[in-house]
Amino acid sequence: MTEPLLRTERLVKRYGGLLATDNVSIDVRPGEIHALIGPNGAGKTTLVHQLTGVVAPDSGAIHFAGRDVTRLATHARVRLGLGRSFQITSVLREFTALENVALAVQGHAGHSFRFLADARHDEALRGPARRLLEEVGLGERAGTLAASLSHGEQRQLEIAMALAGEPSLLLLDEPMAGMGVEESQRLIGFLRALKQKHAMLLIEHDMDAVFQLADRITVLVYGRAIASGTPDEIRANPDVRQAYLGEEAA
Amino acid sequence: MEYLLLQVLNGVQLGLLMFLLAAGLTLTLGIMDLVNLAHGSLYMMGAYIAWTLIGVTDSFVLGTLLALPAIFLLGVAVEIVVIRKLYARDHLTQVLATFGLILFFNELVRALWGPAGKSIAVPGFLNRTIEILPGVPYPAYRFAIIVVGALVAILLAWLVARTRLGMLIRAGASNRRMIGALGVNIELLFSLVFGLGAVFAGLAGLMAAPIASVRIGMGDDILILALVIIVIGGIGSIKGAFIAAMVVGQIDIVGRAFLPDILKTFMSSSAASSAAPAISQVLVYVLMAVVLVWRPTGLFGQRT
Amino acid sequence: MMAALRTPRGLATALILLVLAVLPLLTQAFDQRYLLSIGTRIVIWSIAAVSLNMILGYGGLVSFGHAMFFGIGGYAVGILSAEGVSSGWIQWPVALLAATAWAALIGALSLRTRGLYFIMITLAFAQLVYYVGSGLEAYGGDDGLNISRSRFPGLIDLRDKASFYWLCFALLCASLWFCGRYANSHFGLVLRGAKSNELRMTALGFPVFRYRLAAFTIAGALGGLSGILLANEGAYVSPAMMSWMKSGDLIVIVVLGGMGALFGPLYGTIAFFVLEEALPPLLNLAHKGWGEYWMIVFGPLLVLIALYARGGIDSLLGRRHE
Ligand SMILES: Nc1ncnc2c1ncn2[C@@H]1O[C@H](COP(=O)(O)OP(=O)(O)OP(=O)(O)O)[C@@H](O)[C@H]1O
Ligand SMILES: [Mg+2]
Repeated sequence: MTEPLLRTERLVKRYGGLLATDNVSIDVRPGEIHALIGPNGAGKTTLVHQLTGVVAPDSGAIHFAGRDVTRLATHARVRLGLGRSFQITSVLREFTALENVALAVQGHAGHSFRFLADARHDEALRGPARRLLEEVGLGERAGTLAASLSHGEQRQLEIAMALAGEPSLLLLDEPMAGMGVEESQRLIGFLRALKQKHAMLLIEHDMDAVFQLADRITVLVYGRAIASGTPDEIRANPDVRQAYLGEEAA
Repeated sequence: MEYLLLQVLNGVQLGLLMFLLAAGLTLTLGIMDLVNLAHGSLYMMGAYIAWTLIGVTDSFVLGTLLALPAIFLLGVAVEIVVIRKLYARDHLTQVLATFGLILFFNELVRALWGPAGKSIAVPGFLNRTIEILPGVPYPAYRFAIIVVGALVAILLAWLVARTRLGMLIRAGASNRRMIGALGVNIELLFSLVFGLGAVFAGLAGLMAAPIASVRIGMGDDILILALVIIVIGGIGSIKGAFIAAMVVGQIDIVGRAFLPDILKTFMSSSAASSAAPAISQVLVYVLMAVVLVWRPTGLFGQRT
Repeated sequence: MMAALRTPRGLATALILLVLAVLPLLTQAFDQRYLLSIGTRIVIWSIAAVSLNMILGYGGLVSFGHAMFFGIGGYAVGILSAEGVSSGWIQWPVALLAATAWAALIGALSLRTRGLYFIMITLAFAQLVYYVGSGLEAYGGDDGLNISRSRFPGLIDLRDKASFYWLCFALLCASLWFCGRYANSHFGLVLRGAKSNELRMTALGFPVFRYRLAAFTIAGALGGLSGILLANEGAYVSPAMMSWMKSGDLIVIVVLGGMGALFGPLYGTIAFFVLEEALPPLLNLAHKGWGEYWMIVFGPLLVLIALYARGGIDSLLGRRHE
């Protein structure tokens, strides 16, 4: 078996009396899509925040790309190959789509302590940025302000930005939220094609998408990972049916 | 020993005055998320209005009692005309607009009362000393400031701990949605809170007048000190403002009363006595920097 | 270049720069010495405003203590001059170094905080410098200190008003040139990105703190330069040059001109000084004696600008295309 790319060890995060993350140990292997599902407030986003370093865990450890990154700053983890999209769309609204992605490319291209060159015409940034926009299907919209993009387009833009860092692992927090059926289907196809190059931790409420894409699924309820396994195993798991899928069936 | 006690009391008195000023600021910041630089102008207006009313009524007590509602009305008027439009805006807009208000009020005072400073005499019945300990006299007027300041502090503590308004304050900064959910008339509530803050500021200004002087811009520097206090205490925290005000009061008095003697051991005595107040001011700002570096949201501020 | 002249913005800016470039000739021709001294101060304040715009306009960092760099640059020159070091070749580098080092130090401390706390901590550091200045009894304390102007033997005589003006103007042009490059450089885009969405920039791998610290330090250095010039302009330094009201004036200027617009600081400074000079006589025209109280009009004007004209003068000159 291959060495996991990402591995957490008994992560714990408390908010006051609330255990938002309760002894969570999960891993993601190269080339796989690992889906994280669970009801609202289960602690999925909180877990992603800890993985990216936005929130510090109270205890436990995070290993990424062979290193202990538990105390590493966010930007340093990104440099190691951790990319993310946000649950609440997070793009640079005053910048065009192309500028957004160009900045993402720039973030990956070494330091930016360059004061005199004109970055807006730097083809080393714009070329790859344009290609990424084409890839996610936003080629036509390159010159549009991010704020003027539709919701679905902004989600696509987020993914283009996350990909610009050439991450070995993508953390996708509900990438399909608010998308229409058609857009979702396109995105599913796109993500499937990506998975050879980028392993993914996928958080998604859309169960169709999850079962189409995931190699493995972990179910989080009240901060605890109550089950983990292949889609078939999860479908069959009685705890999961009761705690989570049961709600949907009802 | 006696000297030390008196100086500590002076520090308490100054701290309570600062607390009066800081309380209104931290209320508006905590509840409305509003930076009001013009709070110092209300302090100044308190002193000037009291000066006029004391002159008209020929009575300190009567003049003061009339000045407070006047300041309240002034505060509410300012809230309705300008401040209300600032709640939903960013801090930079608030800083700019209330900076404009400062310029306005300073000039208004110059136009109405003239450029020269005024003085308010200590009222006769307080113009004496009382024995706070057997054989230790203390000026009655300063003692009265301590009493009034303490009463206001208790009133505020009660307000925060026991009332619905206090619940909102404790619930934390700027949660307008929640206030709306409680079915409170927000516009009215904000006007009242702002007016209340204005009264505290005006009260501080008029009480300070007999000790300091009544002059244009008297609120400008003390405003900064009040801002420092609420930042040290943590924005929105009345308790934090109180503790920080007490500490700042003591630092200031220590600076004025004891630093010169310490400094004299290694510099000329005139240099020492003029450097000491500056050093005590510097100490206050160093304290704030240290607190913020240690806890970026102040002693009792909400963590984000 | 020629195309830029056809827009209202380009035309206005070119006109302003042209008038500023020949101002000493104009004031001499019309025998208006007083105007040259105002012009000099406008140019110096513009440099300070450009430096504030570099963090406030492009970085969204509301520093409420920028006048402290007037003080640090000015006092470094003043103290050296009082101690008998009159060479500008020593004074200016020392002053710049002092401003840069101080900016780096307080930037490192202040940038840990956010929002209102940042506004307040920068204000507090400025007050700290202010009170240190007023406590320097050996250098005039509250009253300030008369100094002799920096000497650059054989190169330029700063006592000559026109030469000094042109030096300031050249430095302003250099600042504007640098700021123009800076704003669209790789660095500038990171700074502007962080203003728009800090969390996003961090998630893209940018150590935002370091970029902001660098910006704060550069702005401090340029602010220090304006302090050096201000001290030389009046041959005088005092704590008043760094009072918090001056920091407020600088913010007003930057917003008035247009935050994050290259020439905004220039428009803002000119507008500010013109208002200061023109409002009193205008009010006197309306009613004799009112002019003395011009701030009664200026204050509410600020309120209106803050509320309704946040794009500043720059936005009146048409859309910006970047
Ligand atoms: N900063 C915070 N302070 C206090 N509690 C928090 C904070 N962030 C999250 N929580 C709480 O932690 C729990 C987990 O929240 P989280 O956002 O991780 O859930 P989630 O699984 O992502 O939910 P959703 O599916 O709705 O996105 C929730 O109860 C939430 O209220
Ligand atoms: Mg979530």
